[in-house]
Amino acid sequence: MSAAEQMVAAAPALSVRGLSTTFAAANGRRLTAVDNISFDVMPGEVLGLVGESGSGKSITLRSIMRLIHAPGEVTGHVGWQGRDLMALSEREMRKVRGGEIAMIFQEPMTALNPVLPVAVQIEENLRAHTSLDAAGRRKRAIELLDLVGIPAAASRLGDYPHQFSGGMRQRVMIAIGLASNPRLLLADEPTTALDVTIQDQILKLILELRDELAMSVVLVTHDLGVVAATCDRLAVMYAGRIVETGPVGEVFYQPHHPYTRGLLGSVPRSGAERTMLLSIEGTPPGLAAIPPGCAFAPRCGFADAGCTAARPPLEDFSAGHAVACFHHQTVGQQEAVLHG
Amino acid sequence: MPLLSFISRRLLQLIPTLAFILVVVFVLVRLLPGDPASAILGDRAKDADVVRINAELGLDKPVPVQFLYFVRNVFTGDLGNSIHLKLSVVELLAQRLPVTLMLTGLAALFAVLLAVPLAFLAALRQGQASDGLIRGTFQIGLSMPVFYVGLVLLTLFGAQLRWFPTGGYGDGFLDHLYHLLLPAMTLALSLAAVLMRNLRAAIIGVVHAEYVDFARSKGLAARLILMRHVLRNALISTVTLFGLSVGTLLGGAVITETVFAIPGAGRLMIDSIYGRDYPVVQGLTLALAVIVSFVFLLTDIVQAWLDPRVAR
Repeated sequence: MSAAEQMVAAAPALSVRGLSTTFAAANGRRLTAVDNISFDVMPGEVLGLVGESGSGKSITLRSIMRLIHAPGEVTGHVGWQGRDLMALSEREMRKVRGGEIAMIFQEPMTALNPVLPVAVQIEENLRAHTSLDAAGRRKRAIELLDLVGIPAAASRLGDYPHQFSGGMRQRVMIAIGLASNPRLLLADEPTTALDVTIQDQILKLILELRDELAMSVVLVTHDLGVVAATCDRLAVMYAGRIVETGPVGEVFYQPHHPYTRGLLGSVPRSGAERTMLLSIEGTPPGLAAIPPGCAFAPRCGFADAGCTAARPPLEDFSAGHAVACFHHQTVGQQEAVLHG
Repeated sequence: MPLLSFISRRLLQLIPTLAFILVVVFVLVRLLPGDPASAILGDRAKDADVVRINAELGLDKPVPVQFLYFVRNVFTGDLGNSIHLKLSVVELLAQRLPVTLMLTGLAALFAVLLAVPLAFLAALRQGQASDGLIRGTFQIGLSMPVFYVGLVLLTLFGAQLRWFPTGGYGDGFLDHLYHLLLPAMTLALSLAAVLMRNLRAAIIGVVHAEYVDFARSKGLAARLILMRHVLRNALISTVTLFGLSVGTLLGGAVITETVFAIPGAGRLMIDSIYGRDYPVVQGLTLALAVIVSFVFLLTDIVQAWLDPRVAR
């Protein structure tokens, strides 16, 4: 790699700094769904955003796109192509949405408009971001459906979402997202609603498209298997905060946060000796009752008084591997939970 | 085209519906108290005359035979003659039904023109002062009976301000329109209130739907999202409600026509029931039932057009 290439590679495509999302609660308090998180996505990189339901993964994506509804409020900085998305006018933001950054959702049945043919739903994206005429948009729509692997694409333009199978619907949604050649794809659990074989196809498709279109991808998932198969780096979220981030191989081999360790321990593995699956005791805290200090402390085997008194900052301890835990060295020295 | 096959299937369904209407109308009229012969002849009728009249009207035949006559007559466009008005029922309907249809049509139009924009305004400002004001005003409108609203409008705009006539139907289309404005408004208010509430709730439900977020994530303009993604989906349930309300609207027309002294089918219905004018009651019921079932048909078609999942 030349020095120039390294320079380019070193500049992140997306740079999130101090992003917080809060929602007004009935009693005048504000509930914090995403709590001061920062992360980078490199060009062409696939970043996995991992955590349990309610950990703030999806809210993070919606916050980046500024799709949070009224009682919600987003603060922080989202660096994109030299601009701060949080500071853009709604008009400028509309050009970014769909044109530069696309988002796909978990459940295509509810994310596609049930009363519009898929052609309309693809072409409205093209109309907003390209100068193609009607014939050009139609041609591009067929191309896109073809690209995501929908058989006989031309004949399916007039079909409605309910006329597609689950996997095909997700492909349609990806085609819509990719219509205007975005540079970044935010994928919110794109395979959770699909069965395993289809899941695999969709993930492969996303990776192929990443290579073909030179996109970056942020993949939200709660499935560590998906992360292992597709992501370059991962960021683990717990109670609205990032608790560990690093290259997938390194984090999987030697997790430094007790929560990451717990997540990895709860994944069943084929080929390994059959043992009891580890599970993390307790449940994640509700937004209204996030404990002071480290949010994971009440469920943590390594926690001591210091953990509930102060909040551990997210700090690099080796290049590109950061963790928010006072005891990360002890945790890191534990026997590996996953080999491979 | 699934929509075309849906329409043809739905048209076929109309056949049993219409047959059922024929049976119900026939039976209902025969369940009314009193009999046509004494209605025609008055209290001091002689038995011989009653027998003669019954024979003339075919009422001495067995009921199934009467029904066959009835069906045959309906299909040949003969609904009998009015007992009191010396006109055929078909002529009476041709005179009176257009008045009522124009009244209900205007009322439906006003209701939609009132309800749709206000529902949008209220839904998009959910919980704010304007939402509360719109809902509060309509709540009051909804809780007032039609005849009362009619009297208030009549007193205010008719008798006091003299902007509108206090009754009658006028001559010529524009004059009809002028005469029907106030009564149509009266009739429209309660329907508008129901539609507004329903559409407001539907819009609020749809605005937070994931496909609206997805549409926003494509970078579409807010107006386009509202018209294409929100309104169309929100209208689906409201269209059904609107269609179902047309029957209620026709019922409301009876009262409104009485309050505003409009010579429509509603007035005719009341007069004929009081006068035991059975052929007219029968013909009118039949006509209104057929109209309502065609409105339902139209509603279904519009709904299928809005929501392709229905036309499957």
